[in-house]
Amino acid sequence: MLRRRPPDWLTLLMPTIIVIAIIVLIPLIFSFYSSFTPYKLTRPSTLWRWVGTANYERILSDLNFWAAFGRTILFLTIALNLELLFGLGIALMVNKVTWGQRTLRTVLMFPMMFSPILVGFQFKFIFNDNVGLVNNALQSLGITDVALPWLVDSKLALFSIAFAEIWMSTSIFAILILAGLFAMPRDPLEAAKVDGCTPWQSFRHITLPFLMPFIFIAMTIRSLDVARAYDIVQIMTGGGPARRTELVWTLMARTGYVDARMGIANAMGYVSILLSIFFTIYFFRKLSAARAELGL
Amino acid sequence: MSTIATDRNRLHRNRQRALSWAHFTGLFLVMCIICIPGLWIVLNSFRPTVEIMAKPPIWVPTFTLEHYRAMFGGAGEGGVPVFAYFRNSLIISVTSTIIAIGIGMAGGYAFARYRFRGKSYYFVGLMLFRAVPGVALSLPLFIVFARVGIIDTHFGLILVYVAMNVPFTVWLTDGFFRQIPKELYEAAEIDGCTRWQAFWRVEFPVARSGVASAAIFAFLTSWNEFALASQLTRSTGSKTMPVGLLDFTAEFTINWGGMCALAVLMILPALALTFIVQKHLISGLTFGGVKG
Repeated sequence: MLRRRPPDWLTLLMPTIIVIAIIVLIPLIFSFYSSFTPYKLTRPSTLWRWVGTANYERILSDLNFWAAFGRTILFLTIALNLELLFGLGIALMVNKVTWGQRTLRTVLMFPMMFSPILVGFQFKFIFNDNVGLVNNALQSLGITDVALPWLVDSKLALFSIAFAEIWMSTSIFAILILAGLFAMPRDPLEAAKVDGCTPWQSFRHITLPFLMPFIFIAMTIRSLDVARAYDIVQIMTGGGPARRTELVWTLMARTGYVDARMGIANAMGYVSILLSIFFTIYFFRKLSAARAELGL
Repeated sequence: MSTIATDRNRLHRNRQRALSWAHFTGLFLVMCIICIPGLWIVLNSFRPTVEIMAKPPIWVPTFTLEHYRAMFGGAGEGGVPVFAYFRNSLIISVTSTIIAIGIGMAGGYAFARYRFRGKSYYFVGLMLFRAVPGVALSLPLFIVFARVGIIDTHFGLILVYVAMNVPFTVWLTDGFFRQIPKELYEAAEIDGCTRWQAFWRVEFPVARSGVASAAIFAFLTSWNEFALASQLTRSTGSKTMPVGLLDFTAEFTINWGGMCALAVLMILPALALTFIVQKHLISGLTFGGVKG
């Protein structure tokens, strides 16, 4: 009779905690353990040999890994910034439209419904050097007479992948920033106009600060999904040519599934998890700072 | 004097006109870039393979249902078991969405209505689990599921998607429940409702659009997910459509026409669903996040 009932909030949270614990936490603990073993899928007994931090030392001294890691950071930085910039531009343009705005907004949501793998295939097709839309158009217009090797040349391949990634994710920024623009009070803008502010000044000092929380929400939602780039890269180039488009995620999948070296792949997995967590925490902190500033 | 004034007027007018032109062209270009890739896929699903592969390109398309016929024609000539994939996708996405909404709503309600120690840490911790990349999770899940024997089953994939969708659902519904004034359910309790009844009769109807948007996101995530599904499914009994797309690729060639046809089939439900609830979708995202 001394047993106390758990508090209501715990009862309500229990299902969430249980599901996460079973599906995410336990596998993660297991993979953390196996990242300290030379575990190979083909030889299960290797799971019980403890090798300490050998896997981590190995990947940290592996140039291929560092190249992929640096490329991932660079790729994400460029993609996220461009997505934000384009999203902001598109939102401002759509906000000015007076006729057919709803239709435009619906069109904007279009890329959000696409599966990342579908986006990968779609752009693999479009950038195909032989039958792709881009090369066909360029050649028909006479801009170039040779087929550009979009997915074979390493620089062009990175560009194509970034294009696909930006195409897919800009709309989240555009839609959230547009929602912010709708929610914006009119008075300060009109007051600024009366006071003789230039359009740039009123954008910089009134519109932009108001939009900040919306931008950070978009960033936070986006940062939860940074690893979606895996699907796109995997389909479009598979990390090639000659590892020039290899990102942390594709390298990890290759090590794990193709080479069957689970131990080392899981060690890489932990590096990539830390990377995602870093992005998420960074934007969450920005978001709560922006919220606090607005007093919400 | 007057000429200077009219000059300035004209200058102003010209600038205005140039600006609105730039605005229009910019918007037009953006919309083209957004729409053309999708339209290109739809268009190619109706073109014969010879024409897709033609060099130099044929710009005036001819219409054929060849790819759809082949796709629905069963496992024969390049046919892919589309119905099986579609059914798997539907079962897995719908079931996992319903479960995730149930669990996530309880969690969101707990965060919105109760005060407890370390609440914000629980919250961020929960979101971090959502941030774990699918590929990184697929390696250990693959091993664990193989041990337990639920690899290549609907059940396994449903479990995974529930876990993936719960944190985001908690985030969105928390924002919505928080917006509902406490007085509402307090009044209902005074009128003799239990907490449970008060929730279903008073709070849930108000938060319905938030729940709807969370459901759409959960559904789209499960419907479109690839990294985990590609490792955890093997046979036609459990493969989902994104994994099924790979059936059109061979070692060196890709059946573009067939793939486009399956892609169209994959987008249609997502498109329809999003159109129906798009209003909720936007408000769900913004209010769930901003006020949360």
